[in-house]
Amino acid sequence: MVANVNQLLEEGLAALNAAADGQELENAKARYIGKEGAITALLKQLGSLPPEEKKTFGATVNQAKQAFEAALHARREALAALRLAQQLAAEALDITLPGRAASTGGLHPVTLVQQRIESLFRSIGFDVADGPEIENDFHNFEALNIPKNHPARAMQDTFYVESDGEPLVLRTHTSPIQVRYMLNNEPPIKIVAPGRVFRVDSDATHSPMFHQMEGLWVEEGVSFADLKSVIVDFLRRFFERDDLQVRFRPSFFPFTEPSAEIDVLGARGWLEVGGCGMVHPNVLRNVNIDPEKYTGFAFGIGLDRFAMLYYGVNDLRLFFENDQSFLQQFR
Amino acid sequence: MQFSEQWLRTWVNPALNSDELAHLLTMAGLEVEENEAAAPAFNDVFVAEVLSIAKHPDADRLNVCQVNVGEAEPLTIVCGAPNVAPGLKVPCARIGANLPGDFKIKRAKVRGVESFGMLCSGDELGIPDGVDGLLILPADAPVGTPLRDYLQLDDRLLTLKLTPNRTDCLSIKGIAREVAALVACEQTSVAVSEAAVSTDVTRAVVLGDAAACPRYAGRVIRGVNARAATPMWMKQRLERSGVRSISALVDVTNYVLLEQGQPMHAFDNAKLSGAITARMAQAGEKIVLLNDKELALDADMLVIADAQKPVALAGIMGGAQTAVDDDTTEIFLESAFFAPNVIAGKSRRIGFGSDSSYRFERGVDFTATRVALERATQLVLDICGGEAGPVVEQIAELPARPAVSLRLARVARVLGVDLPRERIIAILESLGLGVADQGEVLAVTPPSFRFDIEIEEDLIEEIARVYGYDNIPVAPSAARLAMLPQPGNLRGKPLLKNLLVARDYFEAINYAFVEERWENELAGNDKPVRLINPIASQWNVMRSSLIGGLVNALKANQNRRQDRVRLFELARVFQGTTADTQPEKLAALAWGGRHAEQWGAGKDAVDFFDIKADVEALLAPRTAEYRRASHPALHPGRSAEVWLDGRSIGVLGELHPRWVQSYELGSAPVLFELEADALLNVARIEAKPHAKFQPVRRDLALLVDESATVASLLAAFSGLKNPLVTGIEIFDVYRGKGLPEGKKSLAFKVLMQDTAKTLTDEEVEPVIASLIQIAEQHGAQLRV
Repeated sequence: MVANVNQLLEEGLAALNAAADGQELENAKARYIGKEGAITALLKQLGSLPPEEKKTFGATVNQAKQAFEAALHARREALAALRLAQQLAAEALDITLPGRAASTGGLHPVTLVQQRIESLFRSIGFDVADGPEIENDFHNFEALNIPKNHPARAMQDTFYVESDGEPLVLRTHTSPIQVRYMLNNEPPIKIVAPGRVFRVDSDATHSPMFHQMEGLWVEEGVSFADLKSVIVDFLRRFFERDDLQVRFRPSFFPFTEPSAEIDVLGARGWLEVGGCGMVHPNVLRNVNIDPEKYTGFAFGIGLDRFAMLYYGVNDLRLFFENDQSFLQQFR
Repeated sequence: MQFSEQWLRTWVNPALNSDELAHLLTMAGLEVEENEAAAPAFNDVFVAEVLSIAKHPDADRLNVCQVNVGEAEPLTIVCGAPNVAPGLKVPCARIGANLPGDFKIKRAKVRGVESFGMLCSGDELGIPDGVDGLLILPADAPVGTPLRDYLQLDDRLLTLKLTPNRTDCLSIKGIAREVAALVACEQTSVAVSEAAVSTDVTRAVVLGDAAACPRYAGRVIRGVNARAATPMWMKQRLERSGVRSISALVDVTNYVLLEQGQPMHAFDNAKLSGAITARMAQAGEKIVLLNDKELALDADMLVIADAQKPVALAGIMGGAQTAVDDDTTEIFLESAFFAPNVIAGKSRRIGFGSDSSYRFERGVDFTATRVALERATQLVLDICGGEAGPVVEQIAELPARPAVSLRLARVARVLGVDLPRERIIAILESLGLGVADQGEVLAVTPPSFRFDIEIEEDLIEEIARVYGYDNIPVAPSAARLAMLPQPGNLRGKPLLKNLLVARDYFEAINYAFVEERWENELAGNDKPVRLINPIASQWNVMRSSLIGGLVNALKANQNRRQDRVRLFELARVFQGTTADTQPEKLAALAWGGRHAEQWGAGKDAVDFFDIKADVEALLAPRTAEYRRASHPALHPGRSAEVWLDGRSIGVLGELHPRWVQSYELGSAPVLFELEADALLNVARIEAKPHAKFQPVRRDLALLVDESATVASLLAAFSGLKNPLVTGIEIFDVYRGKGLPEGKKSLAFKVLMQDTAKTLTDEEVEPVIASLIQIAEQHGAQLRV
């Protein structure tokens, strides 16, 4: 009889394993441990057996029932797992399709470079200043110690604007921002002044409108050594090269003295990247700052040129064509 | 200024090679822009003499020449040059020579005749002389001398890019003086002795305007041979300075200008009459100059005149009528000092200048007038012969050179480096400045050749320059720590730009000057700010709106086959010319699909409401009022004026179909333009009391006339002023099936909330009833 029980259990377990879905599994369950099930029937027989047999056989049948139930549970779990796996497989996406719809634009490379430089100078306490683009003679020339017959004032270099009163120009540099700032603020003055500037010049390497950034630090005790230190630091941080070679070459500007051109050593030799110098005492006097008490330095760089160097753009004109296929690179 | 290195080295010869010399000059502020060889490399080329020539037996155009190269036996050389002739001195490349262009001379048979070298043209040696055929050398060229030595070809041509203040370096003498100061080496100058006076012929000189011309020296030289050849050394130095050789007399004046820095002029003395006067031009006077241009003279122009007429535009150019030519036999040599401010600006006015005007307008050494005249006399007598008359000279008041005070403490303060006083004095003296030591202050007197030293800073610059900018230390700067203000009610421009970038726009940068048509048509501006000298005639006005530039950029992108364009620009516009009429605006334009063409997005074109969402995002958390407006650039039914805090801050809408057609855009872009100022100034955020109780939502679907606006209903609802109502928003608009003709359905969501408790239906319902009543008063009907 025990052998029969074992055989029945084996058959039952086989039926469970054969069940391919929940329904078949429930059917198998009914056939063996349901009300009319084969194992249930054996349990029902127990009452009619003699006490000796009842004990041993009863234990065998109960073990068989427990084994069947355990197998049933395991099979249920397995089938559930299989169903989930099938569902997940059916729901799988082509994850290589691009994200839906939304795309983003980008800032102009000159703006990116401008923001980069602004943040470098902000980190050492320089504020950002701004000013008008149509300027008068005083702010653009006279206050900056540029004499009346200076070639820069000629119509072939400077855009003049029709005016009923005093002669007006499109500012030829960002220096008038310095002048305005110094007229309205007391030292210590630490600013950078980015902006559009205009010169009558248009070819492969010149645009009639371009961008400059001017820097100015006026305070008691500011010296040429400070100028060198700030500029060298700036250029090394901007280009992210601690070993960048920078040299200062004597030059001449009406608004600074001593004056210098700033060169950096590139792969093809020294490259001029800007001009600088100690603010000319006449300029300080013109904006009511006492040059005996205060000294200062100023520098000017071309933002378009810096953008060209930073991003490896070789044609200035691309910056003003607003070709979206060019602009798309900068995001 | 371009010059020959060899020439400079006859004046000053420091122990530096050419590159080191160039670096020295550059780092002293005399930037060497170019440094190139006078001739390309070649070797084994000698001065040779053609002894005889004979026709080649088998070739008509070839000659077989016997050539003396300075050896016992002449060489046989086959030559095809048309100008070969017996007795000529020419360059001969011997066997083994390497010529420019990797051309090697080998022993060769030319049509059966053996040739032992090659006679050379200028082109073959890389020193073009414009002659077809052999380079003909002077008859006295020594046979057998290496050509490189004879023509001094191992020379370099340096070009200085001089700053306008360094007029004193516009001569070999001046550069030599500078080099000697920089390297502290000996300077040898060419000895100039007074010429022997062998005739007493003179011409009187008058200073007609002593302020404009305070010094004038002249002399007559008679019996000159104007046809004499300019010596090769002079010709070469002139050419290596970029000056063409013209005739011996003219070459001498140019040579003295380059060597001494003093512009000279030679008149044909026979064409002059009476005294020479330096005076201002008179009304109606004219002169034909050496470049054959006739000039009507202005009253502020200084001229040199004889008794009858102006004969030169002083310091700029001589007159054609009194110019020297081949038949000239007597000359009047001029050496003068003209005041820089009298010459300055004139060449720009007349449209041309000269080496002379370039120097006079910057300043010429007024003490070297006489030396230069003697130097020129010496050269004329040497080259053209003749008899010199005595110098006639008039001198009035010459420029003063007052001493400039230099405080040693100021030097340290400006440069940031403490230089010993001895060093400072040595630097100043090396530059020819006179130094009177007065303790902590030096009295420094600039020399006559410096026109750029007037204040203390000028001296500090000289000290820094010679000390070397490189030697000034680079130490981290020390500064007072002070934070920059961060106003809480100001947003930065980067924030606005980044917001538009996140909303799929690219930043554009357009020119500030635009076509007048754009201003008229797209900004309704018939009085734009005008440029007097535009870069191109069509870009003649300043923009008062950014729209034209964006439309133009759209067109350019369409031409490059872009099918979707989204650009923005943040820039100044020009409503007037004063500082407060140049505000900044922010404008954007979108054209093409709402989204980039893609598998996951529809193909709908961008429309008014897409752009309105961008405007709303820029203004958030504030909400603007959108009023129907007529803007010249925009579709009247699909545009709005944006009102904020009681003022109009800009517009948005579709481009007017008229412009879509005339600018050939295919379909309409949608755009906005707003005042940047209104977007940047926002009140600092103040948080509201936070409600912990659940909000109640009720929806209202209202049937209204097609012409009714959402804004009018919302405005009416806001009249209720019930504090429980925290928000009313439109969430659906429906037209069509199930609705009467000419009607639309607007669905509103009403949110109600109490900060103290959860609302009950009894509290909510009366509020909703009031809202329905308000809606009905405004012609709406509740849809059930």
